[in-house]
Amino acid sequence: MSAKTANRVATAVIVLVAAFIVLLLAGLLGYIIFRGLGHISLDFLTSAPETIKAGGGIGPQLFNSLFLLVLTLIITIPLGLGAGIYMSQYAKPGRLTDSIRLVVEVLSSFPSIVVGLFGLLVIVNLFGFGFSLFSGALALTVFNLPLMVRITEQALAGVPREQKEASLALGLSRWKTITSVMMPISMPAIVTGTILASGRVFGEAAALLFTAGMSSPRLDFTDWNPLSPFSPLNPFRPAETLAVHIWKVNSEGLAPDAAEIAAGASAVLVIMVLLFNFTARWFGRVLYRKFTATK
Amino acid sequence: MDQWAVKQDGNKPNLIRKPSKQHIREEWVGRVYTALCILFLIVTIIAIVYFVASRGLSTFIKNGVSIGDLLTGLKWAPEGEPALFGALPFIFGSFSTSLLAALIAAPLGCCAAIFMTQIMPGAGRRYMQPVIELLAGIPSVVYGFVGLSVIVPMLRNIFPGQGIGLAAGALVLSVMILPTITTIATDALAALPSGLKEGSFALGATRWQTIYRIVLPTTLPALLTGVVLGMSRAFGEALAVQMVIGNAPHIPRSLFESTSTLTSVITLSMGNTITGSAHNNALWSLALILLAMTFIFVFIVRFLERRNKR
Repeated sequence: MSAKTANRVATAVIVLVAAFIVLLLAGLLGYIIFRGLGHISLDFLTSAPETIKAGGGIGPQLFNSLFLLVLTLIITIPLGLGAGIYMSQYAKPGRLTDSIRLVVEVLSSFPSIVVGLFGLLVIVNLFGFGFSLFSGALALTVFNLPLMVRITEQALAGVPREQKEASLALGLSRWKTITSVMMPISMPAIVTGTILASGRVFGEAAALLFTAGMSSPRLDFTDWNPLSPFSPLNPFRPAETLAVHIWKVNSEGLAPDAAEIAAGASAVLVIMVLLFNFTARWFGRVLYRKFTATK
Repeated sequence: MDQWAVKQDGNKPNLIRKPSKQHIREEWVGRVYTALCILFLIVTIIAIVYFVASRGLSTFIKNGVSIGDLLTGLKWAPEGEPALFGALPFIFGSFSTSLLAALIAAPLGCCAAIFMTQIMPGAGRRYMQPVIELLAGIPSVVYGFVGLSVIVPMLRNIFPGQGIGLAAGALVLSVMILPTITTIATDALAALPSGLKEGSFALGATRWQTIYRIVLPTTLPALLTGVVLGMSRAFGEALAVQMVIGNAPHIPRSLFESTSTLTSVITLSMGNTITGSAHNNALWSLALILLAMTFIFVFIVRFLERRNKR
């Protein structure tokens, strides 16, 4: 085969593979959404699940997922920003910083099931929080923190050096420089990254099986007192999230319409993740325009 | 590098105003707060390793199971008489699914990366990049659900057996790790100095010759980094695999026979065992193996990255 023919064949193969991957995604999304869409209705989205009868919904699970995400972000954002600022601004080059970097890298590649087991042992049993939203949020914090650190670090590294130096030259303290000069500039990158990370948290299930639990008490959506055990806002109640529900329905679902429920719930989950993705892009662009005055 | 080069000159105290109290307080707030955050991270990882190791090792210390038996034993009967803790089928399952997944995903990911950087950079950035990001964003339970409702029936129709098993697990995992491999390969190919490629073109080489004689050999360590990271993700993935692999505790004789992985057996049994029992401790030992493998994968990646820098 001449070099030119080989070139043509190889190019064709590579383009075909790329097309295959695009089709794969299209097929996946199409399958999930079209199969599930028929089952999604207002009733499905708001009613409680049934164990043995058909016609159960995913209302509490959807609420739990969103509430858990909010709780996780409340804990993760301050910690992740702080650690990221330390890594990019305060850490001095050397052995210590290198080993901290290694720690972050290792933490980010821990299997989520191991994080879940750690949560079971330490947060649920040792600290005595039991199977609860709060335990789940802490486990997800451990799972999400390395990502948050990396996002902050990269965002701060993108700030022009001159702006930082100008601020320091004006006599501002380092901390003031970081919070009032560098953070606003890096905000678009941080917000985009955080929203994308939220999508990941939203779909996480393995770390939650043994921390947030696999059941949800009968919630009373008229009771908004966070201390009452049936209130949806109580962070110390067990809570099954949407992703965990999909897993449970698939592996031990007894309801006759388990397959449809799984399909509907998967579609809802994927649509939420897509929403996170598009919001992140759109918001990042808006913020970028706002902070840099470009058109 | 320390970029904070604003030092007070100690010899000329009269010329430079001392920083105000507020200034000093701000500095301390920043330092203490960020140091506490990073301390939290470090304490967390030490706690994870300590707790998992202490529980995982008690199988060997308290329950008297030998390490060799656990790693090479073929029979897993933790509630039996006598209780047997042979975890080799699970170790085999984890390694074979993640290896197979990497074998499927690596060529696809590398082709996608070549497409995005060498053949059609414009279309690559515009269409391929979002596709890869969306693939990475789909939750693992959804992959498991699609695997269960599409891949398993398909395999059942084409091949003998129930459809569940190693092949289904590897196929699901390969789609899940494709974004990891593609992203890292794309970064590596894009970072290649353009002089190398132009030199090859100037000598009259075709694009394909340039790619497989110059581009791929130069970026090989980085491509391998992507593959190892993908494998490490596949190794630790729990629910998607558990849904399609069948969960039978033995080494399969074909790709289409039910088997288990380390993660799947932990997922299924952890909730049904009593804390402190031999069965429960044995599951923690499996988690310890997972943890140890994570460390090994991280060190392989570090080694490859060092090779790459040289």
